[in-house]
Amino acid sequence: MIDPSAYLLLSAILFGIGVVGVVARKNVLIILMSVELMLNGVNVAFVAAGSYLGDAAGGVFAFMVMTVAAAEAAVGLALLIALYRLKETIDISELKVLKW
Amino acid sequence: METGLFILFGAIAVCGAIMVVTRKHPMASALYLILTLFAVAALFVLRQAHFLAAIQVIVYAGAVVVLFVFVIMLINVPENRLPVERATTTRVLGVLAAGVLILESAVLARRFSMPRIPAAQVGTVEAVGRALFTDYLLAFEVTSSCSWPR
Repeated sequence: MIDPSAYLLLSAILFGIGVVGVVARKNVLIILMSVELMLNGVNVAFVAAGSYLGDAAGGVFAFMVMTVAAAEAAVGLALLIALYRLKETIDISELKVLKW
Repeated sequence: METGLFILFGAIAVCGAIMVVTRKHPMASALYLILTLFAVAALFVLRQAHFLAAIQVIVYAGAVVVLFVFVIMLINVPENRLPVERATTTRVLGVLAAGVLILESAVLARRFSMPRIPAAQVGTVEAVGRALFTDYLLAFEVTSSCSWPR
């Protein structure tokens, strides 16, 4: 039987790689994909904790995270298309209209 | 056997994730994202969470990544107009910050011990559905209001 901390470690690694993608890349598409990676890392922790503790809540919360992730991808990509039609760029450092 | 499969799929997931954040073209990233999502689905199967593994493949690999690929092809940024990436120092700092984050989580994960309850069947469609429509019914209904027609 695998130690529960192995799953938590894997989840932390996936989340950390997602963080690298968000802070170190400039391509908006890849940043959105990195957010999906982070949400997946969280899901690994939820599912592992749920199954080790024998509680269905882990699965239910992973399900909620997936719902939010799908909605977030749809909204984010719709915003990206609207921005691309306006500015013709997917460079995050050029999308600074809201920056004060 | 279980340990070997965990290491195999965990390594695939981590390598795929690294490839997602390092590829220059978003299309390559999207394809590696599919690889990672499938490996995570396999890890869910290892934890007896069959329902979530199926949902992972259908919703993530089947819907979210298709949406990404669709948008990448729709806006079709030419190769020479992809964003110029950040300076090396910034990227190294980003990797260092994430490394510290992973180390902190690893220390916490080591200190955190879970009781070893023998594998209960909590990941089946029946168990997840029962919890979803009894204890978490309000959360479920509120979530579904995200997709109200406007």
